[in-house]
Amino acid sequence: MREFLIGKLSGRALPHEWFTIGGSIAFILLVVGAIVLITYTKRWKWLWNEWLTSVDPKRIGIMYFLVGGFMLLRGGLDAIMLWLQQALASGSSQGYLTADHYQQIFTAHGNIMVFFVAMAFIFGLINYIVPLQIGARDLASPFLNSLGFWLYVGGVVMVNMFFLLGGEYAATGWLAVAPLSGTEFSPGVGVDYWIWSLQISGIGTTLGAINFIMTILKMRAKGMTLWKMPLFTWGSLCSMIMAVTVFPLLTATIFLLFFDRYLGTHFFTTTGGGNPMMYTNLIWMWGHPEVYILMLPSFGVFSEIVTTFSRKRIASYTSNVLGMIGVSSLALSVWLHHFFTMGAGANVNAFFGVMTVLIAIPTTILVFTWIATMYKGMIKFSTPMLWFLGFVGLFAIGGMAGVILAVPPADFQLHNSLFLVAHFHTMVVGGVLFGIFAGLAFWFPKLAGFRLNERLGKYAFWCWIVGFLMAFTPLYVLGIMGATRRMDHYEASTGWQPFFIMALIGGIIIMIGVAMQLVQIIASIMQRHLLADKTGDPWDGRTLEWATPSPPPSYNFTSIPAVSTRDAFYEMKLDGGFKKVYEDIHMPKNTASGIYISIFAFLIGFGFIWEIIWLVVASFIGMLWCLIKRTFDDESEYTITAKEVKAREDAAAKLPSATKSRIQQKEEMGLIEFIRIVLSWAMSIVRRKR
Amino acid sequence: MAKRTKKSSSLRPIVLVVLGLCSLAGLVSLLLRDTDVALVNPKGYVATEQYKLLVTVTVLLLEIAVPTLLLFYFVAWKYRESNHNATYAPDITHGKLFSAYLWIIPSITALLIAIVLWPATHQLQPQKPIYANTDPMVIQVVAMRWKWLFIYPEQNIATVNFVQVPIDTPLEFQLSADETPMSSFWIPHLGGQLYAMTGHVNRLNLIASETGDFTGSSAEINGPGFAGMRFTTRVSTANDFYQWVNTVKSSGETLDAKEYQELLEPSEYNEPVLYSRSEEDLYGNMLMKYTGSHDHHTESE
Ligand code: HEM
Ligand SMILES: [Cu+2]
Repeated sequence: MREFLIGKLSGRALPHEWFTIGGSIAFILLVVGAIVLITYTKRWKWLWNEWLTSVDPKRIGIMYFLVGGFMLLRGGLDAIMLWLQQALASGSSQGYLTADHYQQIFTAHGNIMVFFVAMAFIFGLINYIVPLQIGARDLASPFLNSLGFWLYVGGVVMVNMFFLLGGEYAATGWLAVAPLSGTEFSPGVGVDYWIWSLQISGIGTTLGAINFIMTILKMRAKGMTLWKMPLFTWGSLCSMIMAVTVFPLLTATIFLLFFDRYLGTHFFTTTGGGNPMMYTNLIWMWGHPEVYILMLPSFGVFSEIVTTFSRKRIASYTSNVLGMIGVSSLALSVWLHHFFTMGAGANVNAFFGVMTVLIAIPTTILVFTWIATMYKGMIKFSTPMLWFLGFVGLFAIGGMAGVILAVPPADFQLHNSLFLVAHFHTMVVGGVLFGIFAGLAFWFPKLAGFRLNERLGKYAFWCWIVGFLMAFTPLYVLGIMGATRRMDHYEASTGWQPFFIMALIGGIIIMIGVAMQLVQIIASIMQRHLLADKTGDPWDGRTLEWATPSPPPSYNFTSIPAVSTRDAFYEMKLDGGFKKVYEDIHMPKNTASGIYISIFAFLIGFGFIWEIIWLVVASFIGMLWCLIKRTFDDESEYTITAKEVKAREDAAAKLPSATKSRIQQKEEMGLIEFIRIVLSWAMSIVRRKR
Repeated sequence: MAKRTKKSSSLRPIVLVVLGLCSLAGLVSLLLRDTDVALVNPKGYVATEQYKLLVTVTVLLLEIAVPTLLLFYFVAWKYRESNHNATYAPDITHGKLFSAYLWIIPSITALLIAIVLWPATHQLQPQKPIYANTDPMVIQVVAMRWKWLFIYPEQNIATVNFVQVPIDTPLEFQLSADETPMSSFWIPHLGGQLYAMTGHVNRLNLIASETGDFTGSSAEINGPGFAGMRFTTRVSTANDFYQWVNTVKSSGETLDAKEYQELLEPSEYNEPVLYSRSEEDLYGNMLMKYTGSHDHHTESE
């Protein structure tokens, strides 16, 4: 009976180690804190109606940023723990973590950074910006999009759930390679948490991607042909097409692993005719394209930034787009470079090596188009542009490392070494993350109504780039010294420790950069009146998102702009700007179905992890019911009449100009100014208490 | 629409960046003193060739990357807003020739690398014996949790976490694994790695050209004992090698089925063990557990 009710759950699943107890306390404090805050400020209704059930891609985009930003801190904490262990655990010292715990941390770190940080930010940017750039009011399927977001949140909760129940995460590396991830070698629930967090969020990604492909293909403003689309939209389209192609493969692969673990099948086991090499193939058929799914939107972001801040149109738009298409197509046929060392024949290895080297062609072309865009431009070095300059340097280094790894005999020596780790961090941090930061700085005024503080942004950038070089240069060197990845301990005689310590120092500098970014956001909020963006076009932008006020109304455009050229808004400005016409607008209604379905999906996963079958069945029925109900709900739209639109726009235009705030300065504040203000504020509170 | 604004000396950031990069390089070379950089210090034909290849490819890449980066940062600096001497020509268009250049330059580099890559991959295929006409000395390797078992079928001895080999003799490591997740056998000084997997024999051909002790490890994560799965590779003269074989033969335990079974028990950070005799066909039987047939099943498509 007990087994029927709660499956494998027992007192032993409760937290009892320092990190699970710590994690659980943090988890509970956060939830309780949020609940208290919302109740205290009486914001429940507002939160539910305006945000959680919203199908407005702008709101969903912001929610992606918030959750993703939070996960960035969570994954960053993991990173510091890893760096610290490696700096300590040399020779007779075993460091402060057990091997198993260390392995769980790097697994969680990888999963969180790829699925719950990078993907979240990419989806956030696409949600917010793509509809605006193509002149659309909403999405092809706002509901699918909302569902995708909530499944992502389900995955986020699942990946952190092991703190509360179970006490272990997968210790297999971020791809849970077989047979290590089978029950034979990983009997605990750690891999099950891995399975379900990726399964739930992965399905969300597929749904989100379907929606955005449809949106980009079907909902562009009149006159915007594919070849007039902004480059960020192009990058997003390529990325989403890749996602739709390969995420179902990930889902299928994980299901096979799940069958092995749960039903005792033998797809990837060492015995019973299983073939672990099959898993390696399947997971990389998804895994390689995945890194480019992250990269392509960033390429697009940088193209937008370099044109805007050079005040020129992109040089050779066609080459740029073909470059992105080329990268995406090649990315589907190079997966074997992740395991040249499995022992395939020379022809196979050489073929995949050459295919990989070919990817360098379209990527180099992108860089060339950016150089030509800056040529005879008038370049303004705002923070987005700084991230771009840093990106190109790092991307060149990481790309060269990638090509070296693509040469099979060289890869035999570098595979699974820290050189490889350095390669992909250079790409994912220098490429993807810098792209995201650049994009956030660039579009922040659009979504917040005020710019980010430039001074603090520049400090953050310099911390990041200096810290990055300090942290990852030693990893390239260590790889060449023969250090493998994922070591929780190494011999003192290797002479590696100084490099690991150097890497730790670099990591700390990066963390200072992160802190600086938080300070930047807070300082910008404090100075929002000074930094206000009243025109909706703070950078003299070129694409349609800048034709809307900042932040845009829920319907984005009063009337859908007519497009006849690339850089549509820029041309419009030459013609006297965007002219408002009022018309009836149909908008999708909010829905909570996505939330309910995601909760049920979460419970299905949870039920499977702990083998609580009734929960699985009940949740499955609940999920179906929600889906059916949603499908038959035909009142999913509402109308705003032209009169109402006009009234709203007039009201927005008449909004009293910003009231003067006490702490307003004439200049953007720096770090010292910020600390002074915070200190004096704290002092005043202390004094009042007395 | 836009006008050039602000005036300031703009060499400062460049000087700072160059200084920063130089001090980074200085720091790294300082830390590198008196260390043994395995890949740059190869001790055998395979590792040497792999190192040469690494250098060749790096040079080819730098030939395009350095000019590109210099150009990139130069253009960014030259056309900065505050530079009043630079022309601003927002409407320039680039001709067909420009687009052609875009594609041609990186294609040439990629082609050059491909030309290097293809034959090198064939030449350095790990399964290929080092000398076509001499049979290599065979060492059977079993990845276990978390130690390496070496069986010398010709000498009929076995070792754990220690392998001694004669210099200048072609070696064939026949890699497999037993009750252990995929592992990767790597001795950086001698040459690149290959996976060791249950039910498969992956042949890794290496040769050593200098005597000395070189560390090997599992490069692929395979469970909690992974970091401790290290072994010493001792390269000695042929004489010393045969002497060592004789010493091993005349001392220590036998590796029989029972002892083998005990080795299969997971254990971490194992000290080296030497076995004076290895019961026949342990390796073959081990493979049979997975493949059900006795012939050595080799992975090569
Ligand atoms: C010029 C472009 C690139 C080339 C030639 C290239 C090549 C490679 C090769 C050959 C490997 C496998 C190395 C090994 O396992 O031994 C690899 C691994 C990897 N690359 Fe790249 N790469 C490129 C760009 C990128 C980009 C843009 C990203 C990410 C945004 C990326 C992320 C990764 C990751 C995450 C791994 C390793 C994953 C793992 O083993 O855990 N790469 N790359
Ligand atoms: Cu790849």
